Amino acid sequence: MSKKKVSAKINGQPVEFLCEPRQSLLECLRDVIGITGTKESCNDGNCGACSVLLNGRLVNSCLVFGVEVEGREITTIEGLADWQGLHPIQQIFLDRNVVQCGYCIPGIIIATKALLDREANPSEERIRSWLSGNLCRCTGYDKIVGAVKEAAVILAKEKGV
Amino acid sequence: MTTEFKVIGTKPIRPDVIDKVMGRAIFAPDIMISGLLHGKILRSPYAHARILSIDTSAAEALPGVYAVITSKDLPQTPADNAELKYSRDNFLAGEKVLYEGHPIAAVAADSIHTAEDAIKLIRINYEILTPIMDMREAMKENSPKLHENIRLKSLGQDNGRPGNISLHVQHILGDPEKGFAEADEIVDREFTTTMVHQGYLEAQSSTVLWNPDGNLTVWTTTQGAFSVQSEISRILDISLSKIRVIPTEVGGAFGSKLRIYIEPVVVLLSKFANRPVKITMTQSEVLKATGPTPGTIMRVKMGAKRNGKITSATAELYFEAGAFPGSTAGGSPRLIFTEYDIPNGQVDAFEVLVNKTHVGAYRAPGDVQVTYSMEQVVDELAQKVNMDPIDFRLINVAHEGSISISGTIHKKIGAQQVLEAVKNHPHYKSPLKEANMGRGVAFGYWPNNGRDSSCIINVNSDGSVTLVTGSVDLSGTRLTIAMQAAEVLGISVDQVKSSVGDTSSIGYTGSSGGSRTTFATGLAAIQAAKDVINQMSIRAASLLNVPVSEITFERGFFTTSTSSSAKLSFSELAGKLNQTGGPITGKGNVSPSSWGAGFACHIADVEVDPETGKVSILRYTAIQDVGKAVHPTLVEGQMQGAVVQGIGWALWEGLFYDTQGRMLNSNRLDYKIATFVDIPHIETELIEVPSPFHPFGVRGVAEPAFVPPTATIANAVADALGKRIYSLPMTPEKILRTMDVID
Repeated sequence: MSKKKVSAKINGQPVEFLCEPRQSLLECLRDVIGITGTKESCNDGNCGACSVLLNGRLVNSCLVFGVEVEGREITTIEGLADWQGLHPIQQIFLDRNVVQCGYCIPGIIIATKALLDREANPSEERIRSWLSGNLCRCTGYDKIVGAVKEAAVILAKEKGV
Repeated sequence: MTTEFKVIGTKPIRPDVIDKVMGRAIFAPDIMISGLLHGKILRSPYAHARILSIDTSAAEALPGVYAVITSKDLPQTPADNAELKYSRDNFLAGEKVLYEGHPIAAVAADSIHTAEDAIKLIRINYEILTPIMDMREAMKENSPKLHENIRLKSLGQDNGRPGNISLHVQHILGDPEKGFAEADEIVDREFTTTMVHQGYLEAQSSTVLWNPDGNLTVWTTTQGAFSVQSEISRILDISLSKIRVIPTEVGGAFGSKLRIYIEPVVVLLSKFANRPVKITMTQSEVLKATGPTPGTIMRVKMGAKRNGKITSATAELYFEAGAFPGSTAGGSPRLIFTEYDIPNGQVDAFEVLVNKTHVGAYRAPGDVQVTYSMEQVVDELAQKVNMDPIDFRLINVAHEGSISISGTIHKKIGAQQVLEAVKNHPHYKSPLKEANMGRGVAFGYWPNNGRDSSCIINVNSDGSVTLVTGSVDLSGTRLTIAMQAAEVLGISVDQVKSSVGDTSSIGYTGSSGGSRTTFATGLAAIQAAKDVINQMSIRAASLLNVPVSEITFERGFFTTSTSSSAKLSFSELAGKLNQTGGPITGKGNVSPSSWGAGFACHIADVEVDPETGKVSILRYTAIQDVGKAVHPTLVEGQMQGAVVQGIGWALWEGLFYDTQGRMLNSNRLDYKIATFVDIPHIETELIEVPSPFHPFGVRGVAEPAFVPPTATIANAVADALGKRIYSLPMTPEKILRTMDVID
């Protein structure tokens, strides 16, 4: 199958890649570009493990074709930390020992960022409802909800809200 | 017993999690190596069929295809080795396919899409046979047989007749009939459950690089690298010395990654393609063709006197094996009734073959089902003798020295303490009685496990150490093992660099399962740390010019009994190893024969919507004897995660098939697991009754927590409805039917 050239911005950097029209953004990130922090699980939009931000909006990258991201900006889990340290959401997930196997965590952190970019002080109900597209089989969700609440407070302080 | 711990009981940060929050952790699907090909398995669309012919020529001719394999490429199996034949047949089907999704052929190609195209070009002629999907059908004398050579193994005897019942196990204590005759009240019920999947997010995935000298390297997601090594060796007749298995990070397992499903296939593809090959299963393949926990039919009968004392208990347990023999039917009868001190009883367990995927282990395998049935009968019996359900359990609870129906003699256990904690818990004392609400409790036991573990500790010149074990880390054991070594060495846990070895870098270690890892590999780490201290004591003696017998190690210092001023800190001495004889490696190889069992009791409040049949969990509390909690946050996480898996099993989960054996819900939308919105905060209370078989009192914690939830929810739903549902999952449809809202 002939490949198309796609130009996009990934984690702030311009990237050009070749992909087949049938390849998902998830596949392009992992197998073509070679960044594997975004995880594959259900591959049909029902688990949230492959969550990324597309022009700031939360999407399942398995449901987006690679060719659709031409000219757009993608943020993956690899784009959150810099050499000075972790993003506050990552830091609180680490500090509070909320992670068990960790496979769902990149997607949950990205989905949390999408929420907290919009809303400074979400209620527990709002957090649970927003994250309900992200499955986790290990934790029972309890400690993740607690960490998201704490992250909201830290981020709100940073922004001076 | 040390009671003042410096490290045990604290809550340090796990060393592996920074990679996990950054997307840097390498799980099996993330493995990328030069020249990597992608594999795909062709699976049967039929649940029961004879394979008449396979034509792979068109697939082989497709550009980009490097190898195509079928069962012909497996080694020849001796006719008298049925067990090996079953194992090999489950990797690549021989004469018959026995379940939908049964592997038949595999392809390696330059991309996953080419491999997918190629398997569509493989032509197979089938003779379609009648699938047996139901245990009651399977057990009929004239039912079609899955395997012509399977005869019932009953109580160790072969009965000589072919059939679909492959095992019968029995335990008897005292005189069950006499016990029932002494009872004032008897409850006799039948329960059914369906197959349930472990539901982890990371599918089975393996990458293999085979070299022409016969050596091969395997990167895979597994609970035990050494079991992958020995299985590849057994299936493909390859020497263990030629197989190196490197376990990756594991994206959820819960028992499913104890057995292997793809590795020998990937080895053969890599060999014939002469390139590295990776296969990652899809979620649909995972649900159809890995090993869920068996569905069951369980008949449980218990009798008690009016004073609450249970006099007799019997159970007849039928477990689905799926397409091949081998299930929890052998072990489960040892788990039922073991919570209680019952003088008379009998347990019979049967394993039944059906045209479904071969079952495997799922967290406290078999125990969840038998406890689900027993704990509802216990609840009904408590009601019949007009007793509080916890008081009734306290009258009958097992103690140190109690002998179970299967002969388990309890050691020091925290069973009574757990029940007393439930009785005193604010949740249990709180009022609850609005219409359609109900409260349930259930009690559960898991024996935990010991088995083989190895650990080495190398001392660095700055007084830090590196620690390697053979235990795959499923959710924090790198840390909980390092904490035990740090406690012995008198150093802080951040001075221990803890990692998981591969089969070439560490001694044999059994799989991470049975809630054994923090206990048994912890013991190996303690032994290795003591070995380090012993070796360093010799060095300290030579530096301090005293006999080694005069050296003691306490609070991080090597001191002598003769001089109070002469002492060396652990790190000081570590810096002098190269002047006193060279590097030091401490080793620990253990195989503990005793370990502490775990008991848990849960409380749930539910509300049933009489219009939709939906069950909402209003409040949930899990109370458990955890021995000594090495890392309380991680223990609590295990308990909360187990509860939420159990709620899913109680209310929604199950693998459903049509009459032709096609799975109806082989995707993440239709196989419903709990999401963030389905469950409340899970409250926990840790009871610490130290295990006598571990110097710090450690018991396994991950599986005991999974035993009570299904029964707890079932008892709560029964309380809300005033009627009982005798099968899982308790879907809205079943609830509305029980409420007579629908027919």
